[in-house]
Amino acid sequence: MSFENPIITIHNLSTYFGKDCVHQGLDLAIKRGEILAIVGGSGSGKTTLLREMLGLMVPSSGSIQIFNKELVGASKKTKVGIQQRLGVLFQQNALFSSLTVLENVSFPLIEHTSLDKETIKHLALLKITMAGLAPADANKYPAELSGGMQKRAALARAIVLDPELIFLDEPTAGLDPHTASGLNALILNLQRTMGLTVVMVTHEKDTLWQVADRVAFLGEKHVLAVAPMAEIVKNQHPLIQLFFDHGT
Amino acid sequence: MSLVDYDVDTQTLTCRDEWDLAHLTVLQAELQALSIPRDMPILINGQAITKMDSAAAWAFTQWQAGRTARLVDFAEPNLILLNLVEKELAVKPVLSQVKKLNPIAIVGRASVAACKYLADYLAFIGELTLEIGEWFKKPNCIRWSAIAAVIYRTGYEALPIIALISFMIGLVIAYQMGLELKAYGANVYVINVIGLSVLREFGPLITAIMVAGRSGSAFTAQLGMMKLNQEIDALQTMGLTPGQLLLLPRVIGLVIALPLITMWADIFGVLGGIVTAGSLLNISWYDFLHRFPGAVPLKTLLIGLGKTPIFALVIASIASHQGMRVELGANSVGRNTTRSVVLSIFFIIVVDAVFSVILSELNL
Repeated sequence: MSFENPIITIHNLSTYFGKDCVHQGLDLAIKRGEILAIVGGSGSGKTTLLREMLGLMVPSSGSIQIFNKELVGASKKTKVGIQQRLGVLFQQNALFSSLTVLENVSFPLIEHTSLDKETIKHLALLKITMAGLAPADANKYPAELSGGMQKRAALARAIVLDPELIFLDEPTAGLDPHTASGLNALILNLQRTMGLTVVMVTHEKDTLWQVADRVAFLGEKHVLAVAPMAEIVKNQHPLIQLFFDHGT
Repeated sequence: MSLVDYDVDTQTLTCRDEWDLAHLTVLQAELQALSIPRDMPILINGQAITKMDSAAAWAFTQWQAGRTARLVDFAEPNLILLNLVEKELAVKPVLSQVKKLNPIAIVGRASVAACKYLADYLAFIGELTLEIGEWFKKPNCIRWSAIAAVIYRTGYEALPIIALISFMIGLVIAYQMGLELKAYGANVYVINVIGLSVLREFGPLITAIMVAGRSGSAFTAQLGMMKLNQEIDALQTMGLTPGQLLLLPRVIGLVIALPLITMWADIFGVLGGIVTAGSLLNISWYDFLHRFPGAVPLKTLLIGLGKTPIFALVIASIASHQGMRVELGANSVGRNTTRSVVLSIFFIIVVDAVFSVILSELNL
């Protein structure tokens, strides 16, 4: 793992919605193999930043480099090339409701590889069990699963192509603490075994302490600080103090 | 350059290059092609592997299963990955099989489902009727504004399209009939034909079908989305019934709106007839309107309009029922919306046929 060579470099990023400014002069570098958590108050543009990194939104100006390729203004082909190398766990899971869990997880394999059906089924099942679901759940539809199980199914789909980089949007939001810490352990485990780089947006302090290598704090339209959790809680910036003081 | 190489003398398998999803098929084929006897102890050298992902680890673990092999010089992360995959594979996945039914069982199940559906629908109608009963106890809980909104959306907003369609229907009927009547020199009877067919059948029927497609589908999709969003649950926990707030306004609103737009459709249908009569059959609009009351009795209009509240009840109840039956995701919104429109149109025509039989028995 080379720590000198960042997997994502964001430079001087600005985003405007009409006249509303969301980001201005935002810089962030994400190292290969780390787990970076993006935190910040509501409306600080966390999800916007995530969507821009995924190529779902185009920032007003600035540059985002992923795998050393420029994403802003990239051709469709480059964009798809980058997007194939990353996995995403959306906040609402975004599992296809008309497909079973197995079909959901197999879907990227069917679309992007030319493997035979048996192999695809085995690989998908492997990812499903790696995500901590029982094989018996594979034939169920997403609506038949509990919230925590849906997250796991969505995570299985996110890692099915063995991405180098995965994005998690509020992975533990709305889960009970036990399920949440189970999911945290799973993310850590997967990151270690598969050598993933993980970028997550989260509010949960437990997740920040347990999982994140570094925490990037978004506020005042840019990144206020990037540091390990133990350091960032000592940061004297009033916004950061306000965020972490409450309820610790 | 192959991904694996086997040296028979040293019994060593050398692995190299990128072991990932993109090379999975090649890797599987090469491993199979090695034809090393299963019971031969071998040494596997993984030093030259530049990249390994879980797909390749899976293929390798499957191949390696049951062999006596010693892994040497594998990078630490690759070993971790192999261990993980091995551990996961140790748990034999049991997939529940989807049972195949024979045709008779399929027909049986479909029949039972249809009967259950009918019972469910009747229970739904019953519930709604009870909810109307509430209105007599507490008249101030009638949602006038919701009813007005439904009338606006299903009635007022539909005016242009209904006008256009019925105008064209009137035009076409008068044209087709006019050609026949002209051959017999019975030009003036086009007034009877237009009056009877448009006022009694086409106006109410075309309007109802249009509204079923336009508003029935909207009811189902909206209620279905609200159900999925747990908005219906939220209403219930606030002590409000979806019947009072969402369903009855739709039913009542449509019962009010449909006769009104049917009247509007009748006007434009006759107007279409007047246009054709003027150009094809040389009947001026003055003559047409002058003879109209004599040729077409008032009961034609009343029978036509009288059917429309029943059509409205059919559309609104089926659409609401299908909306409330939505569960398990976006798929079912689509399916129920389709079903709502198809069932509404089907039953509109059934009801119309029943009306025809009853009215002819009564000599009306």
